[in-house]
Amino acid sequence: MTTEYNKPLPRLVNEAVSRPFWDAAKRHELVMPRCLNCSNMFFYPREQCPNCYSDNTEWVPVSGKGRVYSYTVVYQPANRAFQEETPYIFAIVQLNEGPRIPTNLLECEIDGVELEMPVEVVFDDVTDDVTLVKFKPA
Amino acid sequence: MSLKDKHAIVGAATTRFGKVPGVSALAFTVEAAQLALADAGLAKDSVDAVLCKYPPSGFQGLWAHKVSEALGIQPKIAATIDQAGATNIGLVQYAMMAIEAGLIETAVCCYGDNPLSGPPGTYSKPRGPEGAYGMFGAPSGYAMIAQRHMEEFGTTSEQLGHVAVSTRAWASKNPNAHKRDPMTIADHQASRYVAEPLHLLDCCLVSDGGAAVVVTSVERAKDLNKPPVYIMGIGQHHIAWDLPQRPTLTTSGAKISGEMAFNMAGVGPQDVDVCELYDCFTVVPMITLEDYGFCEKGEGGAFVENGTTGPGGSIPMNTSGGLLSESGMAGMQLIVEAVRQLRGEGGERQVDDPEIALVSGQGGIMHSHATMILRN
Repeated sequence: MTTEYNKPLPRLVNEAVSRPFWDAAKRHELVMPRCLNCSNMFFYPREQCPNCYSDNTEWVPVSGKGRVYSYTVVYQPANRAFQEETPYIFAIVQLNEGPRIPTNLLECEIDGVELEMPVEVVFDDVTDDVTLVKFKPA
Repeated sequence: MSLKDKHAIVGAATTRFGKVPGVSALAFTVEAAQLALADAGLAKDSVDAVLCKYPPSGFQGLWAHKVSEALGIQPKIAATIDQAGATNIGLVQYAMMAIEAGLIETAVCCYGDNPLSGPPGTYSKPRGPEGAYGMFGAPSGYAMIAQRHMEEFGTTSEQLGHVAVSTRAWASKNPNAHKRDPMTIADHQASRYVAEPLHLLDCCLVSDGGAAVVVTSVERAKDLNKPPVYIMGIGQHHIAWDLPQRPTLTTSGAKISGEMAFNMAGVGPQDVDVCELYDCFTVVPMITLEDYGFCEKGEGGAFVENGTTGPGGSIPMNTSGGLLSESGMAGMQLIVEAVRQLRGEGGERQVDDPEIALVSGQGGIMHSHATMILRN
């Protein structure tokens, strides 16, 4: 944990919609929104289910296990604050429960990533208030 | 009701490209529109629609109205459209629809921006919460698309390099191209990674500049300066917003928008003499060629090898140098180049007697796509 974290933090476009996700992450729990009308689990969090448009949704815990759908090793980030981290791995992880999530891979060599590689969630407490959801090889 | 062969591009122009300090997005847009109207031989009072793509460097509300005022035009339709890199073909399509409906007769579609000399604007902003994980702008998104293409089909970095090298070979014949130095596959491979697997030379330029076209009915087109370039087919398809949730990363909106355009035109890929395909990254025209049916899905890598799309190749592609080498601006210049090729105005880069040209636009990270087929 650091008090000098200078990278962009998640911007909560709609506090009420996104807050449970980040509160759970702070407790080191991964949760996903699910529609109570059609049972569709979806990401990113939003007011209406993108399948049936119901606003009757709940948050459910998920396994935190998944696989790498795609990734890139970033050498030239457009945001200067990430320069010191380069090269770093930005990835899309497909959770076993279905939704895909944008993330970083930790504890992994930059030439050691393979698509469909199994990964599991790791929680990165970047500030006192914010925990980012990242993944590592399972 | 088909829109085939009912409308024509009668004026087309580009400004200087490259690093051009001291010229605003507005000034580039006005200059391009003025040159396109002069190319057509039309006075500004002939224009009854002004259609604009917004400049990403600094979005301003009512942009097309600002452009109209700067052009001294009070049009019946003024609209600023946001379909990112697919917008410019979209503007032509909306012009055609408005003309066909009898609302207007002549539209100027124009775009200009100064992202190299001016503010970087939206290029460095995150598109969503992924900014917290270090994903900004387009390269990392298209890198993940390229990664999937490599995984699913065995595409190689060298094959991506062939797109860059062939495009640069065309640009070397274009005196207005931003980058004209010769490029080899070895140069491509030696260029640094921006977002692996994409090297620097897989990425389009960032360039200042502007471009514009004038669209009118075939009746109005008959007695103007230049021979009309007829619009045979046009289509759009939009893959929508969130990149991670797409069912596939290796098929783009080119598939359905291409089918729409080819069906309207009544032609197929085998009839196309010259292609101007949106090439924000090398993997994009490769996927576009597959989705348009020039080759099977997954065979784009093998298709572009050995100069197929370069000067002297069987499918001349991006003959002015594309976004990779002529200008990084978002696509209007590709329409202008197709018009120039069909008029025989290509100079040293002129393709032999082309009759049918294919143009694509693609925006965001494969969010949007548009296709247009032109003939002389």
